[in-house]
Amino acid sequence: MQLGTIGKGMALAAAATLALAACSSGGNPEVTTGSTGGGTTDGTAIVYANGSEPQNPLVPGNTNETGGGKIIDSIFAGLVYYDATGAAINEVADSIVADDPQNFTITLKDGWTFTNGEPVTANSFVDAWQYTALASNGQLGAYFFEDIAGFSYDEDSPLALTVIDDLTFTVELSKPAADFAQRLGYAAYFPLPQAFFDDPEAFGTAPIGNGPYMLASADAWQRDVQIELVTNPDYQGGRAPQNDGLTFVFYATQEAAYADLLSNNVDVIDGIPDSSLATYQTELGDRAVNQAAAIFQSFTIPERLPRFSGEEGRLRRQALSMSINRQEITDVIFQGTRTPASDFTSPVVDGWSNSLQGAEVLEYNPDKAVELWAQADAISPWEGTFKLAYNADGGHQAWVDATINSIKNTLGIDAEGDPYATFAELRGDVTNDTITSAFRTGWQADYPGLYNFLGPLYATGAGSNDGDYSSAEFDALLQEGISNPDTAERNTILQQAQEVLLKDLPAIPLWYSNVNGGYSENVSNVTFGWNSVPLYYEITKN
Amino acid sequence: MLRYILRRLLQAVPVFLGTTFLIYFMVFAMPGNPIVALFGDKTPNPAQVAVLEAQYNLDKPFFVQYVLYLKNVLTGDLGTTFSGRNVNEVFGATFPVTLKLVLMAVVLEFVLSVVIGLISGLREGKYFDNASVVVALVLNSLPVFVALFLAQYFIGIKWGLAPVTVGRDTSWGAMFVPALVIALTIYVTGMRLMRGSVIEARSEDYVRTAYAKGLTSRRIVPVHIARNSLIPVVTNSAASFGALIAGTTITEGIYNIPGVGNTLFQAIIRGENATVVSFVTILTLLYVIVNILVDLLYAVLDPRIRYV
Repeated sequence: MQLGTIGKGMALAAAATLALAACSSGGNPEVTTGSTGGGTTDGTAIVYANGSEPQNPLVPGNTNETGGGKIIDSIFAGLVYYDATGAAINEVADSIVADDPQNFTITLKDGWTFTNGEPVTANSFVDAWQYTALASNGQLGAYFFEDIAGFSYDEDSPLALTVIDDLTFTVELSKPAADFAQRLGYAAYFPLPQAFFDDPEAFGTAPIGNGPYMLASADAWQRDVQIELVTNPDYQGGRAPQNDGLTFVFYATQEAAYADLLSNNVDVIDGIPDSSLATYQTELGDRAVNQAAAIFQSFTIPERLPRFSGEEGRLRRQALSMSINRQEITDVIFQGTRTPASDFTSPVVDGWSNSLQGAEVLEYNPDKAVELWAQADAISPWEGTFKLAYNADGGHQAWVDATINSIKNTLGIDAEGDPYATFAELRGDVTNDTITSAFRTGWQADYPGLYNFLGPLYATGAGSNDGDYSSAEFDALLQEGISNPDTAERNTILQQAQEVLLKDLPAIPLWYSNVNGGYSENVSNVTFGWNSVPLYYEITKN
Repeated sequence: MLRYILRRLLQAVPVFLGTTFLIYFMVFAMPGNPIVALFGDKTPNPAQVAVLEAQYNLDKPFFVQYVLYLKNVLTGDLGTTFSGRNVNEVFGATFPVTLKLVLMAVVLEFVLSVVIGLISGLREGKYFDNASVVVALVLNSLPVFVALFLAQYFIGIKWGLAPVTVGRDTSWGAMFVPALVIALTIYVTGMRLMRGSVIEARSEDYVRTAYAKGLTSRRIVPVHIARNSLIPVVTNSAASFGALIAGTTITEGIYNIPGVGNTLFQAIIRGENATVVSFVTILTLLYVIVNILVDLLYAVLDPRIRYV
């Protein structure tokens, strides 16, 4: 899922907000209860949450950013959903049986309907998947069907999905994926009613789902303002809403959302503006949220750069990694809202480890760094400046500067940050392999599994393998891991695969992002899920 | 008069073509591929990018893209956003909000300028005159976003006197505070213009004559002095009207106002060319039209000016 580039990019007047921060650090603001709160005016318990104008039509297979994602997850129910810990729990699925790691039989529960009364059948899933995956439909979620047999980016070819009866269908994968069932909670795998295929455009503005919530009316999506959802009386899954409705108020800046939270105008927000990171925990008290998220931050040095290939490159990557004082940067720059990385995944997923063999390469060790750098210089002497590219519209400058300083001071080499004006520009150069320096990389998991942090990023030829890394040893372990149906064993093998990565450092892990948020005095039972999004259905209004 | 208006309107045609071309070219030349950015940190498959580029005409050469765009605009279709929404509709929804905000700000600015400027001019060198300059300069030197944040924090959050953000409630009342803040940070120019004109007018022959005729200040100040001093203030307010409409991005961001500025900013970040070009073009045309209206207003205010 795409990181909220808009939200973060909106640091329009970061400096200006210091003025606000200065005011608010003086003491807790007095909060007026209920007088202006939009919550209980009409007698029903509507939860107000922050959101952003969806970038794409509200179609599950074409939504990959958080603005639309939160809405889609609330109004659709997939085969499984994820609980707060990230465990996949059957929702519409009655059972998902792996006949072997490459063939799955999926049975649905009887009696589910879309909110227009149409029953949810095997065809609702199969047709939706076929549509999303079809090359000429250009759906952003097509990537999720890569592993299903028949998938192609280049031509329209159907997926190997077979409908057995109204409630049963089978899936044939093109390669083993023992964690396939775990993936199915992502929006791209949600079912679609016939109404979508009749008129996709109309559906995109007023979607019809089968989830815990539904649109309050056909024009509930007030563009650029908010979207109003009410509970779906026919919903019968495990996410039964504990409130009467959910309204996402669209904010263009995190500052505005936070200001509204301070005055109880919005009930729950899942982002805190940089300017308030230092003070929000004092201001909100126990209503502040600061917990690990499934977001991994790193920077990548492509193998093809001069002086970064082969043994020399490995030594230099290790030296650079050990010259960064992650703890200090996360404490000082991020106010403790990041956690120094100890592997390539995230603490919220099952199988995360802080004791991998070789993980000491991620610890600050100036002496060892200098030594390794000298060894690399013995192979071929270093010259020039080490550059780290980042997008200036995402609030990255502070940590890049700190990281660069850490490298400069430890290794005594010239180093500098290399800002790109926009995210699009940076990704363009990275995707075209025209970038001539190291660059920042990040990954937000699509589903809570170790493989999702590894396969798409470091497997030979994988889609998001930005550094063009290739290791036979890693590929073999990855393959072995993903073919193993036993979760514990699979995780152990995937940890071994990461130990290979720790030697090669195809990306240099920096830290895991936390989700920072908070909630108002008007609500309780606020829990944030594994994917940094609050479990809205659990929230109760006071 | 009619010929004059017609001529001015015809002049707007090359302005329209020039702006669309320039803006379109600038957006086109912006580095980075908006389609790739749609995928976030994930690297999309090239074939998939190609399908989407074709869908938004991004695969064609610059001139073909521009001509296609222009053709659609001339038939009244400003294009579509990534979320499949017509840009006409987006503008129709956001512009009234921005217009409301800016109108309120300009009216407040005008009233502040005229009232304070008039009193200052009449009491040249006195206590009020000096104090008003100091206050106006302090307010003017405050960057608008600092003033907005302060107003939001104190008036909205701390004292609870006004809504903290605007959001769904775009009534006049909800937008009063941001409009007032904008007015307070810019009224100094108009105020000083008014003051200068009033001082000048006071020493004019016709004012002396009026006094000599035995007219009272109550009649001379509004009719002879104020009215003749208004021209530069009107021009100034109209100029700020244009500038404000195009420059509300920061205000709308801080107060979460669903207006043109907010939408334009998001469109720039997301690389939605159709939205960016169309919005900027319409804003330019508005600027031109406002200026024509101001020129016409001169004639109303000053009978000596005649257009032929």
